[in-house]
Amino acid sequence: MKSSVIIFPGSNCDRDIAVALEKMQFKNQMIWHKETTLPKSDLIVIPGGFSYGDYLRSGAIAGKSSIINEVIKAANSGCLILGICNGFQILTETGLLKGTLLRNKNLKFINKDVYIKVMNTASRFTSKYQDNQILKINIAHNEGNYFTDKKHQEELKKENLIAFKYCDESGNISQNSNPNGALDNIAGIFNLKKNILGMMPHPERMVDKFISNDDGVNLFSSLIN
Amino acid sequence: MKFSVTVTLKKDVLDPQGKVVQTTLKNLGFEELKSVRQGKFFEVEVNELDQRKAEIKIKEMCEKLLVNLIIEDYKINKI
Repeated sequence: MKSSVIIFPGSNCDRDIAVALEKMQFKNQMIWHKETTLPKSDLIVIPGGFSYGDYLRSGAIAGKSSIINEVIKAANSGCLILGICNGFQILTETGLLKGTLLRNKNLKFINKDVYIKVMNTASRFTSKYQDNQILKINIAHNEGNYFTDKKHQEELKKENLIAFKYCDESGNISQNSNPNGALDNIAGIFNLKKNILGMMPHPERMVDKFISNDDGVNLFSSLIN
Repeated sequence: MKFSVTVTLKKDVLDPQGKVVQTTLKNLGFEELKSVRQGKFFEVEVNELDQRKAEIKIKEMCEKLLVNLIIEDYKINKI
């Protein structure tokens, strides 16, 4: 399976995701944002970081870059797109995913391992997980407070488009287990066709037991099948 | 022709930065303070002499990049 990782000035999780993808047997290519064409890919990853220094709004400038037009075209023709952290913020700025990521409710940059619950396993990204499986995954962000309008919130529920929710170690979803104030504890969402996933937690940091854990592995093994 | 663009968070969107500024002002003794909302300000200059046409362009700039319409409102004024 072929993957492409887009690099913007200020991306800083691009090498981590490349290591994870290669470990999972993807044939990966790194694509600089100034490129105007994308190689044929089954999966495009927009990695975490601080593209363009988070100027204007996080993800706003990257969301209008030349390579993004190609990503949008690929997404509309069904290519799998994964946006992690800043990648999620960029996807919302392009309009490929609805809603936005506001500043964390406590105004602090949060870098810690949190628990998330798998809310929907019927997708190309999550099929190898169990329903309601609890994962321990690292988050590292300043703007992870997901927000969307009422209409889209209803659509997320009705169409089962919430991929992950923040929870505690035993799986309880409450304000106490919500690290950043995200609406309905949302940590990751799909688009309507479920070929796009945006998530704040970093699965690429969770692919090696000797470094952290391997709770992120199944996201990549879901994709490879 | 020069315009100011003021971007503020919509009424029902939480503004934690504004809240902190509000609390700090209260702590400084501004008892009469009712509320603070924080926003952004842009000065935009365009090569256009027709004000109506210029405003249409600025509006387009707002909706394409300067403003996130899901959470923000904006006002354009000639300066």
